[in-house]
Amino acid sequence: MECGPAGLYYSTIYAYNRKYMGEQTPSSIEDFFDLDKFPGRRGMRRVPFANLEFALIADGVPIDEVYATLDTADGIDRAFAKLDTIKDDVVWWEAGAQPPQMLADGEVLMSTAYNGRIFNAQILEAQPFVIVWDGQLLSLGGPLAIVAGTPRIEAALAFVRFANRPQSLANISKYISYSPTRLSAETLVGTHLETGIDMHPHMPASAENMRRALKSDWRWWSEHRDELNERFSAWLAR
Amino acid sequence: MPHARLVSLALVLPLFAFVGVTFVAPLASLLSKSAYETRIHDVIPETMDVLAAWDGQDLPPEAAFAAIAKELPSARANRTLLRLSGAANRLQSGMRSLITRTAQRVPRTEFAGTWRETLAEIDEDWADVQTWIIIESAAAKFTLRHYLQALDLEAQPDGSIKARPQQERVYMPLLWRTLLVSLSVTLLCFLIGYPIAMLIADAPPRRRNLLLLLVLIPFWTSLLVRTTAWIVLLQRQGVINDFLVTLGFLRDDTRLEMIYNMTGTFVAMTHVLLPFMVLPLYSVMRSIPQNQLRASASLGATPIQGFVRVYFPQTLPGIGAGALLVFILAIGYYITPALVGGSSGQLIANMIAYHVQTSLNWGLAAALSSILLVAVIVLYLLFNRLVGIDRMRLG
Amino acid sequence: MRLRRLGQFGFNAYCALAFFFLVAPILVIIPLSFNAEPYFTFTQGMLRFDADAYSLRWYETLAEDGQWLNALVNSLIIGTAATALATLLGTLAALGLASPAMPGRALIMSILISPMITPVIIIAVGMFFFYSSIGLAQSHLGLILAHTALGAPFVVITVTATLAGFDPTLMRAAASLGAGPVRSFLRVQLPLISPGVFSGGLFAFAASFDEVVVVLFMGGIEQRTIPRQMWAGIREQISPTLLAVAVFLIVFSVLTLLLVEWLRRRSSSAALAKSIS
Repeated sequence: MECGPAGLYYSTIYAYNRKYMGEQTPSSIEDFFDLDKFPGRRGMRRVPFANLEFALIADGVPIDEVYATLDTADGIDRAFAKLDTIKDDVVWWEAGAQPPQMLADGEVLMSTAYNGRIFNAQILEAQPFVIVWDGQLLSLGGPLAIVAGTPRIEAALAFVRFANRPQSLANISKYISYSPTRLSAETLVGTHLETGIDMHPHMPASAENMRRALKSDWRWWSEHRDELNERFSAWLAR
Repeated sequence: MPHARLVSLALVLPLFAFVGVTFVAPLASLLSKSAYETRIHDVIPETMDVLAAWDGQDLPPEAAFAAIAKELPSARANRTLLRLSGAANRLQSGMRSLITRTAQRVPRTEFAGTWRETLAEIDEDWADVQTWIIIESAAAKFTLRHYLQALDLEAQPDGSIKARPQQERVYMPLLWRTLLVSLSVTLLCFLIGYPIAMLIADAPPRRRNLLLLLVLIPFWTSLLVRTTAWIVLLQRQGVINDFLVTLGFLRDDTRLEMIYNMTGTFVAMTHVLLPFMVLPLYSVMRSIPQNQLRASASLGATPIQGFVRVYFPQTLPGIGAGALLVFILAIGYYITPALVGGSSGQLIANMIAYHVQTSLNWGLAAALSSILLVAVIVLYLLFNRLVGIDRMRLG
Repeated sequence: MRLRRLGQFGFNAYCALAFFFLVAPILVIIPLSFNAEPYFTFTQGMLRFDADAYSLRWYETLAEDGQWLNALVNSLIIGTAATALATLLGTLAALGLASPAMPGRALIMSILISPMITPVIIIAVGMFFFYSSIGLAQSHLGLILAHTALGAPFVVITVTATLAGFDPTLMRAAASLGAGPVRSFLRVQLPLISPGVFSGGLFAFAASFDEVVVVLFMGGIEQRTIPRQMWAGIREQISPTLLAVAVFLIVFSVLTLLLVEWLRRRSSSAALAKSIS
């Protein structure tokens, strides 16, 4: 892929369930990796993406140097070494619906998750979940693709144009807390359709939630995904 | 040919042809995909023709540069470029962007006299022999690299083949784990299944039918239902943990982790496969006359002697059938480990699925499947020799 | 003697535990599907047999959910078509294999039965590659063909077993009374082996109805079957609705099982009657 229209910004964050958390609550990405301070199982997605970034930030790499660090063999070793420190306590998830489920069941104490899934559990199911925005990984999501050779290319292109109008992009936030990808759509974000709550505090790209955030580098990942997936599998199997 | 023979052949033919087309052909295509693939080659056919005569020592001739400079942009235009760039990137990170960028820039770059200089201007990697070796290897029609990878081997620059460093091995450890788990599950099924098969075979007819039903109900119940049942039982807030907490054996924070790890895979697999052990054992045991044991007792043998010397040897065919059936099913198990195995409870089948569905490395998936298939065929022949496939009974 | 009784007691206790291990997990699901709360564990109320702790809400959710109904329709279409095809082809093949004139019997039998012994993951991956290349992936037809191949071995095995008890002189008798081969098959042989044919068909249907791996690889969104829908449910969100589905499937499997047992008895009593006459 060279370029394409992305429908939204989503964030990989970590969250916990207040019901199973003690007096002390985690507030930084460092806390996620701190088993002494917060003993308990962690949920993480079974891919290297996001986990390597989180590991480096928690290990003290400045946010704007994360991908430069990952570009070196030492940087990748460092990320895996950090993951090693919690590996035995990690429950790996694959589908986005699993983290809210595992948090609700107390299967894990904290879990990385897509922010929209946690939002849904908080708002629609009244789960006492808390999102920790510190160290969040903001990523482009919902790209549109057209099947090569389709006879209805005109209609498909018309839909892409429609879906990328500022109002269309902003409308997503009536249903789930994902940010629009165009600046012109930012001001159109309002309230949640079903419950009427203000969506601004929940948006991943809001200034408040972006205070310590990393924007994921999809170019870097498209180069290194194969290699790192393999290394990750080998690491998991050990 | 005699008439009866013709008739019987004609009766068998439809299913034989059907199985050939719908089942054997897919397996054959799987085997061929593990070593032979033209989809990538066809993205740059002319370049590959030129490279066929290349020795791989120095940079390829100008004709190769000219051919790839022509073929990359046209592959980009007809959307086949990803096949090549994806396969090359798997061999070395960075190839994807090199190929994509080159395909984009060739038409926009001023021609520098030779294609070799033009491409080197776009990216100096084109002046590196290694780049060409990767291109040739990624687009080769016939390749054994998927098998090398599946066996955790790698080709050295000098052409020799060596095992990969310990920490980079993925597939062999998984294969061993799969074998180990399958063997353990088979043993477990035997230890649980043998006594109950004996009990059923010895029971009076009425009770025998009832007990048999207790084996047949799980046998017939959907695999997914049984897996769901184990999730409900084993999870942290599940029935067993709740029960132990209520009884005071556990505290809320010391609940047992029995699922999403190897324990989950083990328990659920044993449960699912147990009937496949019990049923063949039972059908063999039923054919053993009970008065044999009485006869051995009357000749002075203790019950244990009677069991070891008289009864047990006669049940060996049943043990063979049950064990091989369970083992073959276990070795290719996918659903249960995927749902309750977490990351430590994954087996080789899950890795195959991963390469088909997620990483899209189909050549590797095909190579792994072929290795598994060969293992199963060997077991199948063994099974046929020991037990005879036409003696197989259902329930 | 006392030692022996102790041994007997230990053996029985061990077996009781093993039977408990086999059946209890399946039974546990049934009451939990009536849980009034969205949990997978028995609430205090349930243990006290409080009527309020039980409800049909998950069954209601199920009835309102169009996806499950859709999945049921898909399962029935694919299962019925595959069963019909597998029964027809499998019965014919078994008749051919039963003939003493059949050459290479053991080899042909092994090939026909191989789909049952091959790990389903390999079948699924191979079929996915092959059927995609001929444009049959993500279609009902593709799945029907796949499930037919998976189900036919069951028919071959059960019909072969029934034919082993069939007396070939009956066919000769029919022929001597002037019946053609087709007529004597339909009037004499088929009625006698029909329980075997029918139970083979049931096996084939059950195999298709419970099959998920091939569907997972080859089926598209239009081919979601019940097991495929359950798979999605287990992976993404285990709600007690899933337990309600599971209860239906348990009932279904017990009914099929009883039917198969009944057929087996009928076929063996038919064989018995024949041997007496």
